[in-house]
Amino acid sequence: MSPILQGIITIIVGVGGCVGYFYAANLFLDKVLFPARGPNAGRNINRANMVRPWVFLFPAVFALGLYLMYPVVGSFVRSLYDRSGNDFVGAGNYVRLFNNPDFRQAFFNNILWALVVPAVTTFMGLLIAQLTDRLSWGNIAKSIIFMPMAISFVGASLIWKFVYAQDPDLGIINAIRASFGGAPLDPLQIPFWNNFLLMVILIWIQTGFAMVILSAALRGVPEETIEAAIIDGANPFQVFFKIKVPQIIGTIVVVWTTITILVLKVFDIVYTMTGGNYGTEILPSFMMDFMFRDDGQATAVAFVIMLVVLPVMIWNIVQARKEMR
Amino acid sequence: MDNIAGQKSGLSIVTNVVVFLIVLIWLIPTVGLFVSSFRDREQISVSGWWEAPFSVELTYRTRADDAPTRDGDLYVAQGNIFETGEVQDQFTSGASSIAAFGLRGREPGAFAAGETAENNDGGTVVVNADGSYVYTSTEPLDERGPRLYFLAETPPDFTMGNYAQVLTGLDEEERAQEIASGSSFGELLFEETGIFRNFVNTLTVTIPATIIPILIAAFAAYALAWMDFPGRGFLIACVVGLLVVPLQLALVPLLNLHNQIGIGQSFLGIWLAHTGFGLPLAVYLLRNYMVGLPRDIIESAKVDGATDFQIFTKIILPLSFPALASFAIFQFLWTWNDLLVAKVFLPSAGDAQVMTVKIADDLLGSRGGDWGILASAAFVSIAIPLIVFFSMQRYLVRGLLAGSVK
Repeated sequence: MSPILQGIITIIVGVGGCVGYFYAANLFLDKVLFPARGPNAGRNINRANMVRPWVFLFPAVFALGLYLMYPVVGSFVRSLYDRSGNDFVGAGNYVRLFNNPDFRQAFFNNILWALVVPAVTTFMGLLIAQLTDRLSWGNIAKSIIFMPMAISFVGASLIWKFVYAQDPDLGIINAIRASFGGAPLDPLQIPFWNNFLLMVILIWIQTGFAMVILSAALRGVPEETIEAAIIDGANPFQVFFKIKVPQIIGTIVVVWTTITILVLKVFDIVYTMTGGNYGTEILPSFMMDFMFRDDGQATAVAFVIMLVVLPVMIWNIVQARKEMR
Repeated sequence: MDNIAGQKSGLSIVTNVVVFLIVLIWLIPTVGLFVSSFRDREQISVSGWWEAPFSVELTYRTRADDAPTRDGDLYVAQGNIFETGEVQDQFTSGASSIAAFGLRGREPGAFAAGETAENNDGGTVVVNADGSYVYTSTEPLDERGPRLYFLAETPPDFTMGNYAQVLTGLDEEERAQEIASGSSFGELLFEETGIFRNFVNTLTVTIPATIIPILIAAFAAYALAWMDFPGRGFLIACVVGLLVVPLQLALVPLLNLHNQIGIGQSFLGIWLAHTGFGLPLAVYLLRNYMVGLPRDIIESAKVDGATDFQIFTKIILPLSFPALASFAIFQFLWTWNDLLVAKVFLPSAGDAQVMTVKIADDLLGSRGGDWGILASAAFVSIAIPLIVFFSMQRYLVRGLLAGSVK
């Protein structure tokens, strides 16, 4: 029973501590530091109001700084040192990486993932959003397609292991092949194409997400423009590609970006399905090979991932600043 | 309305069919896993889950152990093969039929049912489709009876056995032994071997890692949405930028930091890590939602003399419930399903493993071929997220839309 008890105690301490911090800090600010009475009441209220945002923000800023800002710098510095962290090797880790054929393979595969998965997912999401829009059972269909969102990458990998299994009594793919007289093969060991089989899993998980958001965006397209197009004789395909899609292009880009980011972070699928063998390595799983034994190289891989994400990050910030104005 | 949208009836049939096919493709993998998790292990290995409702031909081995009689020079054992000692408990449930039989383990189906086969003892063996058999021998038969193999049509066998085995980590015999020696099934669940322990670990990681970031982010989001202070725009831009930072970057420096300050690989460490990693999305979603709340309410509350703390707890929090729920679901799913953070920030030893790590490292490694176990383990791990997801799907969608559709 101890883990359960431990869990309950921590929940109480952790959550209680958080509530306690906000309550106590606020009280301290108003009653002790800048009390709203006495000769300086007015000045004190103003001062308290200047400090208060930072009281509210402090835990978040602290956690963000420690868990996300510091690692960017920390990782970069660490990647300049050797495996034990004692000797400065400059760009040595990076040079070693780029001379490593496995790394080049992982880099190439990662680019492939980042191109194929968001494209297919967004396209499928858009297609399904449009198709289910006017179906009487559209909501049920959407729920089913959205469902894999809840399933862990590990769970999803197991689910698809059954689909890809080599034994024709287990794997549907080989069962279909066998019914046409084909010999069983292990789909995950076919070089190059096995990458796409792994991508299918992520596409299966994420299409629901794309569908939900794009479906909301499609609903936001004003009826008048569609009616006008139909009166002008546009067929359904023209309405969709020439009227609807251009109007929701902003949302499509947002969905595309979100999925790209996810792709660059994902590691579970490759790890559980092939362990990076048979030429399916991607950067995050390649990094895990070095984790716990060569921090220098591990952080160097992490920093390469960061550099790949950087353009997306800058674009995001620019977008956010535009909206603020 | 259909006409206005330009949908012709022919097209709508096509649409129905296409959507139906897509839904089917989306469902098939999960259904396969679900069905497999309830199937008997031997049945999984001889027929696909899509054949689960039909009986399968399984190989059995037994001994012709009915009491032998003497008939002239011959010693004869006869009876029903389904009632022989080694297999009788597997055929209690009803009719089955013999497809073939054999005398050696290497060719368990060498002879068709009803065919007469010669054995090494100078006699013959017949096994009929209904299970009746006659074994004759020129030598006296010992009490254990000679070996026989047979293929029998076995009716589908759906069982909770896989789940019981995965949850306790003990197979059927071991469970029976433990229960005979006085422990209840409930106690077996808490054995270190089973996945139930990992299930509890996952809960222990997930619940605080969901609640704490919400609290912290809600205050921060309020400050960023409704309080005026220098550097606000910069902070918001930071949060947006941090949304994108790959987790991988944080692993090495933070693990080193945790080791230095003495947290090491522990639950406390993983809560802090999940809190930190979940915050950008939380602050971003909640701020986007709070900015959209009507300004009048907040201003009139201020005029009435409410402090920021009161406005936050009494007005903003209740109004933000949909966004809070949405992020809670997100963070819950994310921490529950996480493999990477758990692998790095929790010790790799068994008693602190979460379910994803257990499945990925232990079960897939050591039991790679035991599909019944894998299927039920996967279902144990996705059951709670699926329940949460389907019961709170509405809020999840609403929260998603608050952040991404402009």
